[in-house]
Amino acid sequence: MAAVTRAPAPPAPAAPQQKPPRKRGRLTPYWLLLPGILWLVVFFALPMIYQASTSVQTGSLEEGYKVTWHFVTYWDALSEYWPQFVRSVLYAASATILCLLLGYPLAYLLAFRAGRWRNLLLILVIAPFFTSFLIRTLAWKTILADGGPLVGALNALHVLDVTSWLGWTSGDRVLATPLAVVCGLTYNFLPFMILPLYTSLERIDARLHEAAGDLYARPVTTFRKVTFPLSMPGVVSGTLLTFIPAAGDYVNADLLGSTDTRMVGNVIQTQFLRILDYPTAAALSFILMAAILAMVTVYIRRSGTEDLV
Amino acid sequence: MEQYEPDRLTSARTAASRGGIRGGRASLSRRSLLRASAGGALTVGGIGALSACGIPAAGQAQGGTSAEDHSDKEKTVNFSNWPVYLDVDDSGKRHPTLDEFARQSGIKVKYTEDINDNGEFFGKIKPQLAAGQDTGRDLIIVTDWLAARLIRLGWVQKLDPANLPHAFANLSEQFRSPDWDPGRAYSYPWQGVSTVIAYNKKALDGIEVKSVSDLLDNPKLKGRVSFLSEMRDSVGMTLLDMGKDPARFTDDDYDAAIARLQKAVDKGQVRRFTGNDYTSDLTKGDIAACVAWGGDIVQLQEDSPDVDYIVPDAGWLSATDNLLIPNKARHKANAERLIDFYYQPRQAALLSAYVAFISPVDGAKEELARIDKEAADNPLIIPTKDMVAKSHSFRALSDKEEAAYEAKFAKLTGA
Repeated sequence: MAAVTRAPAPPAPAAPQQKPPRKRGRLTPYWLLLPGILWLVVFFALPMIYQASTSVQTGSLEEGYKVTWHFVTYWDALSEYWPQFVRSVLYAASATILCLLLGYPLAYLLAFRAGRWRNLLLILVIAPFFTSFLIRTLAWKTILADGGPLVGALNALHVLDVTSWLGWTSGDRVLATPLAVVCGLTYNFLPFMILPLYTSLERIDARLHEAAGDLYARPVTTFRKVTFPLSMPGVVSGTLLTFIPAAGDYVNADLLGSTDTRMVGNVIQTQFLRILDYPTAAALSFILMAAILAMVTVYIRRSGTEDLV
Repeated sequence: MEQYEPDRLTSARTAASRGGIRGGRASLSRRSLLRASAGGALTVGGIGALSACGIPAAGQAQGGTSAEDHSDKEKTVNFSNWPVYLDVDDSGKRHPTLDEFARQSGIKVKYTEDINDNGEFFGKIKPQLAAGQDTGRDLIIVTDWLAARLIRLGWVQKLDPANLPHAFANLSEQFRSPDWDPGRAYSYPWQGVSTVIAYNKKALDGIEVKSVSDLLDNPKLKGRVSFLSEMRDSVGMTLLDMGKDPARFTDDDYDAAIARLQKAVDKGQVRRFTGNDYTSDLTKGDIAACVAWGGDIVQLQEDSPDVDYIVPDAGWLSATDNLLIPNKARHKANAERLIDFYYQPRQAALLSAYVAFISPVDGAKEELARIDKEAADNPLIIPTKDMVAKSHSFRALSDKEEAAYEAKFAKLTGA
């Protein structure tokens, strides 16, 4: 009998349904969230507050900076640097579209056709991450070198005459032109497009394709009416993962671009590190953040998908 | 005495699981969580926090603040330098001159190559120095405009001449009294940096380049010329070319130089404003000619015979990278001993033989000749008398001037 009494004590027999849930149980999820919330407060919320404060300060390094609610900084920054903002959005959007055009067929191949090569191909997609971002970008300087075979071939085919007429390149070179910057952005962010696309495509039941075929849909129609709509979550998260970091990037514009390809990231870097105009740098960051947030909100609303993977 | 009642246990388990659902997921929807955390951030942060931030004035009196010097107790010194700016042995791991210093003085050097860019490094050490805290570094190397700013802000310590006998005796005449640190009270040069014009013989293909004007005006070089993203180097060389002295110029002179550069940028003459990455463009021939740093050229020439340089008749710019002891450094005396060590001609020569920048030490030429005859005769390492006569330096700028000039230059470079 002693052994039996050691069994867990049962709760009071009174109907447990009516009782409100115990307090401790209700708090548990919050306790589990605490590390994450602390992390966000320290590394996201506090820096944001600090930046917001910096953006409305005035002063200089020697006199110190004081909060003077100088909101004009925002207006000045925007009116001075709107071309760089426009350029950032244009370049990031072009790179995103290119990523989608290049990434979708590849993700499709990985999801449906790769067979036993799938894992190898996936590793190849991720492989560039094994080297540093800078090295990868610098490698493009070799690929696109003025005297290199690629530019030579493009010149021979008169492709550069067309791009030059469009204003994408200048003269018979690709480096230090908008095209080079967009190529660099596309290359550097391509895996961020492929991976979410792949996960969404891979989840599609292959029998749906068969069913579409049974209903006399041609392959094009199957893709348009079945595959693509089902992959929308991947398209949306892929474009977001590409567009957002690309809009704030400054390395590609710095290394592959010229004076007329500088993006807003370059402006922020220069303001912060060279001119030491911290309020303008902070204001520019906030404007960029707000602009991206607005664009992303509209985009997600329009795309009509709630899931993001 | 309680009885084992299995059915009760089951009901308890149901209750627990139901409670789990209600108390867990239901009470913590994503929306309420978002609301809670956003509300929390706003209350915690609040408007008050916005105004509570702010950066205190740097207004310490010149002279800096010292900490208690632990040099005697702790035989160590923390030395921060730029990459590839100190001799290494064949294994690439040991620094022979630092080993020699440890042997002679018994002081161990903790050596870090954590300076890649003056602006970035300033951003990195600013918070500690502004708050009057130790940066963890006893000795740093920065280019003279940043050294000037650190001295101006009172963030570096005055050196003790008693610990610097060699440095005092052997510092070359041309580096003795920069306008931003007369008499070298706070700083000693690590290496001198020359700014000249470099070119790629093959890419030029017979086009003559003798001056900055050729870079800016020769239509055959359109899109194949680069300048440096350091404002003082690019504008300084242009000022020289326009017959102005970078050590004594006015706002109007500066604007004229910017306008001259802007004209070249607008017609597509200038391909880019670069940091150190011009070196690969130059060796590949994408850039035919550029404004460049002398030390880079010496190193490039070892691998690329097509690369060469000229010193324009109008003159060249000389600057220095300087050793400084930040405020609150724990091992000031040890750091001073390390500075002094590199002012012995023999050590200076060993260093120059490797890094190939201008040695600021008198007597290094003779020592260098014994190690590497060719290097000792290279005017980019040991400048000749003619070369010294043509050297110019960029004058010190005030806080306001610096911000205004950098802003104008940033506009020129596109941001």
